[in-house]
Amino acid sequence: MELLYDERIDGEIADVDKSGLMAAILAVAPRLTLLDREEDLRPFECDGLSAYRVLPMLVAMPTTLAEVEALMRVCYEHAVPVVTRGAGTGLSGGALPLEKGVLLVMSRFNQILSVDPDARLARVQPGVRNLAISEAAAPHGLYYAPDPSSQIACSIGGNVAENAGGVHCLKYGLTVHNVLSVEIVTIEGERMTLGGESLDTPGYDLLALFMGSEGMLGVITEVTVRLLPKPEVAKVLMACFDDVERAGKAVGDIIAAGCIPGGLEMMDNLAIRAAEDFVHAGYPVDAQAILLCELDGVESDVQADCERVRQLLETAGATQIRLARDDAERQLFWAGRKAAFPAVGRMSPDYYCIDGTIPRRELPRVLKGINDLSAQYGLRVANVFHAGDGNLHPLILFDANQPGELESTETLGGRILELCVDAGGSITGEHGVGREKLNQMCTQFAADEITLFHAVKSAFDERRLLNPGKNIPTLARCAEFGAMHVHHGELPHPELPRF
Amino acid sequence: MSRKEIAMTHLQDRQPEYTPPNESGPDALAGRDDSEALCEQVVRARAERATLRIVGGDTKAFYGRRVETAQALSTTGHHGIVHYDPVELVATVRAGTRLRDLERALADNGQRLAFEPPHFGDDATVGGMVAAGLSGPRRPWVGAVRDFVLGVRIITFDGKQLRFGGEVMKNVAGYDLSRLMVGAQGTLGVLTEVSFKVLPIPHAHACLRLELPLAGAFERLTAWGREPMPITGAAHDGEALHLRLEGGEGSVSATRQRLGGETEDSCFWSQLRELQLPFFNGAFDNDAHVLWRLSLPALARTPALEGDWLVDWAGAQRWLKSSEGRGFEDEPRADAHIHEAAIAAGGHATRFTPTANGDSPFTPLPPVLAKYHRQLKQRLDPQAIFNPGRLYAEW
Repeated sequence: MELLYDERIDGEIADVDKSGLMAAILAVAPRLTLLDREEDLRPFECDGLSAYRVLPMLVAMPTTLAEVEALMRVCYEHAVPVVTRGAGTGLSGGALPLEKGVLLVMSRFNQILSVDPDARLARVQPGVRNLAISEAAAPHGLYYAPDPSSQIACSIGGNVAENAGGVHCLKYGLTVHNVLSVEIVTIEGERMTLGGESLDTPGYDLLALFMGSEGMLGVITEVTVRLLPKPEVAKVLMACFDDVERAGKAVGDIIAAGCIPGGLEMMDNLAIRAAEDFVHAGYPVDAQAILLCELDGVESDVQADCERVRQLLETAGATQIRLARDDAERQLFWAGRKAAFPAVGRMSPDYYCIDGTIPRRELPRVLKGINDLSAQYGLRVANVFHAGDGNLHPLILFDANQPGELESTETLGGRILELCVDAGGSITGEHGVGREKLNQMCTQFAADEITLFHAVKSAFDERRLLNPGKNIPTLARCAEFGAMHVHHGELPHPELPRF
Repeated sequence: MSRKEIAMTHLQDRQPEYTPPNESGPDALAGRDDSEALCEQVVRARAERATLRIVGGDTKAFYGRRVETAQALSTTGHHGIVHYDPVELVATVRAGTRLRDLERALADNGQRLAFEPPHFGDDATVGGMVAAGLSGPRRPWVGAVRDFVLGVRIITFDGKQLRFGGEVMKNVAGYDLSRLMVGAQGTLGVLTEVSFKVLPIPHAHACLRLELPLAGAFERLTAWGREPMPITGAAHDGEALHLRLEGGEGSVSATRQRLGGETEDSCFWSQLRELQLPFFNGAFDNDAHVLWRLSLPALARTPALEGDWLVDWAGAQRWLKSSEGRGFEDEPRADAHIHEAAIAAGGHATRFTPTANGDSPFTPLPPVLAKYHRQLKQRLDPQAIFNPGRLYAEW
């Protein structure tokens, strides 16, 4: 599938004289780092969706707010598009550069400005890594809850742009639930603060609107996040099932009983075998599905919840239930789950990762649907799920060297996402829509809905200069399907867990 | 004009065209889809270049500026729970559904709207509650209305019913228009359906009253805030700190032991939510006071304003029975003073006692923010059909 910007259907971009633009920028921001030589631009040609690469016209690496404002004003005047990039770990090509655009790299905005343990908040620059916030808060017994799998590398600015999730979001929420305010520089170079240290602000909830907006409404220059006290204890139960649908139903039983686990994850047999082979987490390789259920909170409550969940799992037909003996075993249980993507990558020359969400009740039906489709297309699918919140990551195993296999994989991926939308779900739970999945937006939304999205965009960026061609397809584009393609296990940022 | 009379003018929706919400009973459960008629009314209004005042149960008319228009669009005929599956933790409800009907259905299944929205009257509808965006005493610990809205259907300016978000917990496709509608008071479109994340009612709860001065209460709340304690309510009425604990049996009873104090009835919290504690007596129509809500950083120093205070949300929401200013003539000046004091303290203020002078009860927006509000309103409602001037006079 062609993901690169196509002016014919994605919209025209003005031709600009590069040296003239550089001179104009440097005239108002003389100390701003601007990169324009090919070898300097190369490292920025892609984000986590590394199959697609584009050299930007220019890379700008500001260190001050004044530089960001000046840069935006010049780009606005010259009608030059601006793509903002954080750590570049995104999986959907949201920070894919434009040939005729400036890539605004915010990585030098990397300071933790303050941690206030009494108010339980941290003020940070957007380039600060997600995990660094929790590390800075740790001496106070506090942490920042959203934990996307790439948390050791991804930046908080990028998290806001994606409304990043993680394995604990059923209980602790997404980025939108944990950010108090953001400071924005608009495409016209104005500064505004959305949200605040009070729990609400007058007017529209623009803070919520900017969450997950893929850098298309403004540039984030500062973020204030809420910190939470660390749970006293966390315990993990592993339950094995000889039937995938039964495991899916057990998930519903736990929730229905009034339990909200800190994390509730599920893997099917193919994923279990891959992970066990890779990490030796102690998973039973003959199980058709396992559930990992993490319960956290105050010691006495967690004890009671563990007992309750154990009984539910037994009733639901679990063939084996194990409580992690200690923290080391708890980490080991999780390690297998967290290594599921690379583990599957070892079983097959290539795989596609899908990121659909569905209402939990549809889990058994969708699982069965995926199984049927898998048989129909003759392609194996390993399933790993954030089962608690209905976020599926089916991994389609294929070999791009077999003629036609890539094409049928793409079709199968599309069919799986259609199944998710059909079940009342979404084409993306947490990876977002950048260039990737742009076409599938047309499956999820009607033309009128997409038109309203464009109306929102135009309220903040009438000239379509902020990250054009991402997130919301033009109606002209509404055509084909696609998904993340991983060749020979060459994951972008292979050092990061992906789950 | 007395405050009582002013308050009456805000109940403008009690006009002939206003229809009270449906009665409970089998009809309430089955519900009714009135969206086509609602769409038609919007199309007609657009063609006639008319404006519409959107009204549900008409319980929060005071919360915002008077909408000066002849035509009301009533959502109360569009009601019923479309879908509720307790296992899913999701309920999808038509906007005209009475809030208490939804809450009863949830309670029957051991669940609730965790943000405990105020009703301000039996007829409060789900749509009005979301449009107002007000959350109850549990807000600092569990989140606000917007945190529990997963999806909406809205009627746009051209009379089309569109769907955004959905019934899933995680969804990052497209802009988050669902949450944008929360608190927008119908100025961006007509809410016709809302999907909520709902939560189980915790196994145990306890309500405590601790005799403590305000300063001491703040000190303790700050310290407790850094521990994982099952607090879901913390208010100070000038005499005592009221605490609500909710969680597992173990943590609630241990915390109760540790904190001491006397046990009190849980109705303190529902009365606080509905502004029915003695503190609020006559606050809406009393000539001696003007009721204000100040939303401030929890640890902010109390602004030097004349009047009585009641502190909720562990300090993040403070109610002021203001005696600032000298009578009606002086009100605009006194109001501006309170807005400025709230901004200086790091937050904002909302006037709850209706005013006769047409000023917005909400703190003015800074210029850049105001510009983008205007532009957003202009894009989503170019003909200014929906609730014009409800939030601010200019749009």
